[in-house]
Amino acid sequence: MNMIKKIAAAVSAAILALSLAACSGTESGSGNSGSSENGNYRTVDEIKSEGKISIGVFSDKMPFGYVDNEGEYQGYDVYFARRIAQDLNVELELVPVEAASRVEFLQTGKVDIILANFTVTEERAKQVDFALPYMKVALGVVSPDSAVISSADELNGKTLIVVKGTTAETYFTENYPDVKLQKYDEYNEAYSALQDGRGDAFSTDNTEVLAWAMSNHGFTVGVESLGSVDAIAPAVTKGNEELLTWLNEEIKSLADEQFFHADYDATLASVYGDTVDKDNLVVEGGQM
Amino acid sequence: MRGIEVLFLGNNMLRLLEGLWVTVRLALISIGLSLILGSALGAAMTLKNKVVKVITRVYLEIIRIMPQLVFLFIVFFGVTKLTGANLSGEVSAVIVFTLWGTAEVGDLVRSAFGAIPKHQFESGISLGLSKPQLYLFIIFPQALRGLIPNIINLSMRMIMTTALVSLIGVTEVLKVGKQIIDANRFDYPNAAIWVYAAIFLLYFLICFPLSLVSRGLAKRRADK
Repeated sequence: MNMIKKIAAAVSAAILALSLAACSGTESGSGNSGSSENGNYRTVDEIKSEGKISIGVFSDKMPFGYVDNEGEYQGYDVYFARRIAQDLNVELELVPVEAASRVEFLQTGKVDIILANFTVTEERAKQVDFALPYMKVALGVVSPDSAVISSADELNGKTLIVVKGTTAETYFTENYPDVKLQKYDEYNEAYSALQDGRGDAFSTDNTEVLAWAMSNHGFTVGVESLGSVDAIAPAVTKGNEELLTWLNEEIKSLADEQFFHADYDATLASVYGDTVDKDNLVVEGGQM
Repeated sequence: MRGIEVLFLGNNMLRLLEGLWVTVRLALISIGLSLILGSALGAAMTLKNKVVKVITRVYLEIIRIMPQLVFLFIVFFGVTKLTGANLSGEVSAVIVFTLWGTAEVGDLVRSAFGAIPKHQFESGISLGLSKPQLYLFIIFPQALRGLIPNIINLSMRMIMTTALVSLIGVTEVLKVGKQIIDANRFDYPNAAIWVYAAIFLLYFLICFPLSLVSRGLAKRRADK
């Protein structure tokens, strides 16, 4: 039976290799334009004539894409998805996706658009086409109401709590050598340290600290946007120029009615608060 | 007890039950198909033919080596990439679980027939029974008795493994639970423990009766 086990292992290895090759198909490049014609994505006309668009969203990432207690999809991304379907005059099918499989859903044409808090990175841009951004994320600094830190320079000589491996750690190490960093492995450890007064402030993604400050009284986000800004944008299957162009035009035209500010009020305000400068998170017309 | 209210908010209880139905439905269809195909496979495995033996053995080993999650991704995404055929998440899941179940059932059937002593066949024939009579009255009842507990065991493993299908976009009971926890994470930060407790209870309600049946059958078999 040993021989058979070896054969089985070899065959499974071959299947794995094949599937890996299929996954990285876009990177190898050759013959890629051919696959688009056999239906790896749908053009705007095809979506319209079939009367339905499928958009991949998160189903458990409040407040971007989640399912409420009534079983309805809600959130910042979902609000935009509904508008896209409305403006295309088609029915909307929301497909729940996981962070790890967002790229795959697009590459196989199982969804037309991904609207799942998708941060634009160079690596991802090789595999999918990003439209103009509709949101952005940077660093934020949260501190106690009694001693609010309202600019990064105020931190010099003080102790800042960070979580290991986050962009906040790298950013302050490189740009503010005079800030004493107190590093933790877990978010909840860092938050307890802040509550116990072991540090003067805590820094991580602004969406994270804003939401935390909202549900923890006595703390304020004094610095709402700091460091390099990451763009969050819709993505379409690589090569779907037509849908990409349509989306970009849509995002530009929605700027006239300040659509994403309205989206913020409807979906994010309850989590991040009304006092936040919305322009630190919301992007109108794709202008970062 | 703070957080338990979450289970009764809106449609949450109903959604959990719907999620459970997705789980049970996937497992039932897969087990049903596996029983039919697996019996055929098991019969093939008992043949003395060398080629058939090697092929079935290789199939069984591949299924056992490959993690189910990898299989789900290969069928759900890989098939679409290679052929353009767009399988839904549920169909992909049924295919994967049936391939897995068929291999396991096949092996169980093979060993169940293998475990029947040779003298049972010989005594049957010497009593003057025909081949169909021999199998119907002597061999099948004995093989089946050993088989049922193992099949139930496999069904329970399958029910629990269906939690993986949320990764290919199928919302089953565990995923519904995560959605409920997340949607209420600001208002009810302690809801997670209650939601998971409810899911545990639901799995238990499905699996425990199966486990009892299986134990009862095993006992009856031991008594004989």
